[in-house]
Amino acid sequence: MSTGPATPERSAEQIETQAVRRALTSAPRPPRASALAATLAFAWRGMLKVKHVPEQLLDVTITPVMFVLMFTYLFGGAIAGSTGEYRDYILPGILVMSVLFTTVYSGISINTDLTKGVVHRFRSLPIWRPAPLVGALLGDTMRYLLAGLVIIVLGLILGFRPGAGPLGVIAALALVIIFSFGLSWVFTTLGLLLRSPNAVMNAGFMAIFPLTFLSNVFVEPETLPSGLEAFVEINPISILATASRGLMEGNAEASDILIVLAVAAALTAIFAPITTRLYRTR
Amino acid sequence: MAASPNLAVEASGLGKSFGDVRAVDGVDLGVRRGSVYGVLGPNGAGKTTTIRILATLLRPDAGSARVLGHDVVTEADAVRGLISLTGQLASVDDDLTGWENLVLIGRLVGLGRSGAKARAGELLEAFGLEEAAGRLVKNYSGGMRRRLDIAASIVITPELMFLDEPTTGLDPRSRNLVWDIIRALAGEGATILLCTQYLEEADQLAEGIAVIDRGRVIAEGTPGQLKASVGSGALQVRLLDPEQRPQAERLLSDELGSVHLEPDPALLSSPISDSERAAEAVAALTRSGVGVAAFSLGQPSLDEVFLALTGHSAEEQDAAAEEQAA
Repeated sequence: MSTGPATPERSAEQIETQAVRRALTSAPRPPRASALAATLAFAWRGMLKVKHVPEQLLDVTITPVMFVLMFTYLFGGAIAGSTGEYRDYILPGILVMSVLFTTVYSGISINTDLTKGVVHRFRSLPIWRPAPLVGALLGDTMRYLLAGLVIIVLGLILGFRPGAGPLGVIAALALVIIFSFGLSWVFTTLGLLLRSPNAVMNAGFMAIFPLTFLSNVFVEPETLPSGLEAFVEINPISILATASRGLMEGNAEASDILIVLAVAAALTAIFAPITTRLYRTR
Repeated sequence: MAASPNLAVEASGLGKSFGDVRAVDGVDLGVRRGSVYGVLGPNGAGKTTTIRILATLLRPDAGSARVLGHDVVTEADAVRGLISLTGQLASVDDDLTGWENLVLIGRLVGLGRSGAKARAGELLEAFGLEEAAGRLVKNYSGGMRRRLDIAASIVITPELMFLDEPTTGLDPRSRNLVWDIIRALAGEGATILLCTQYLEEADQLAEGIAVIDRGRVIAEGTPGQLKASVGSGALQVRLLDPEQRPQAERLLSDELGSVHLEPDPALLSSPISDSERAAEAVAALTRSGVGVAAFSLGQPSLDEVFLALTGHSAEEQDAAAEEQAA
């Protein structure tokens, strides 16, 4: 095979060619990556994205921070009679809201991936098929954790002193993250069905916004018209908010926690296979 | 279809439709192990769909294919363990650094933490990307990106590499560099299936070429055979002294039949049927004292081949490109 005339400029590239050959011959031949190793590699990728694109995290935390401040100081007096009392009511709720909003971004990042060629590379690798998705969501839990911590730290600054102490707060945060992991499969499904990241964002927030507001995150359901009250009572987000409040105050109902875990498991059982299938075929 | 040990890719009657578009319509291919094979065709001809089927990214709805002895549908996982994709098809992650991309791929193909890091460093160095290792890929130039793409596909040695339009959008210098890399890979015995719309690229790199148009293989052979199928080549002679052109014209027309006088006063050309006759003609010129500055045996370009085979030029069809790579 001819490599063209040997001009001096060429020789610099020739050296590089030698290096490429060496790199090829020195390639290792490892056994295949295990399902766990592949999943963790994708989780690492997800965390790197949090590091490289911190703006995304900022987007989703600013709104809840604004809500905490606005609702506590603007509406707190009117809704609950005192800002302090309302702060204690709303803070676990906003924690839930903040983390749930972040789950929409799992769908957006899956969709962004699809618009790039990198997914094809992942699909052409001999790895456990759901690894890119499970790994991405595991990486996203780091995002959820950060979003949750922002609210908790803000609450502590504003004087929020939960009755069950640090352990209660950790338990509440863990429950919210577990639920979010389940919910995020809904948004990854959406992310694979819709055409653009923007469409995912719009559809995602269109779903999560009313669901969050039509819960007991902001107000006690007893104050609502009866039809709405009935909906709010069965809204899993209400149950999650109630369970989080309970864990933080040390008076959580086991049934609430179980319902939250069951809903998370059900969402995963339904939407994880759909997501995996869509990911393979799209 | 019997598996042949000498073939890296054997496809017969492959077909795939998207809606009512028949993107691939009965493609047969045979790619010898250890060769560089070009799949040539304009945008929308069905190249990318064919490659996607062979790389297990798409299921064919007709025909069958074996890659390195494994069926692409029923043994997809075995195929995935032996191939790698590069180019338009499978790129790298914009939001990660070059180093992170290679470590990620390393982990995914089974290397341990330290093994993946060592391999990433080695490849970045080999591809001249050490300085860019810590930069996000979205800030890379087109040429750097393509090099990283290729590096990512040889983290472990693939037995078959799919290169999909590896130089599209690159400046000539970066393109030459990518070509050198491809030659180096071929030199190490890798089988390479090169998909391109650039006729020159296939001509430069591939030993065998399949020309695809409208979802079908319309011609197959070596670059030389394809060109020969269109017609004979031409001998072009550049004289030291343009004054001698009439004498040269007489001699060449005696030896080769007809002579064409080029606009350049020192240049003549004659169509030839075999190269031996051409060599004799050049010898005859020098024997009779005509100074020859240079001569070349020109073959018709692959562009001309494409036009002759399809009845339309490669560019024309670009407009009608339907390759909505799903």
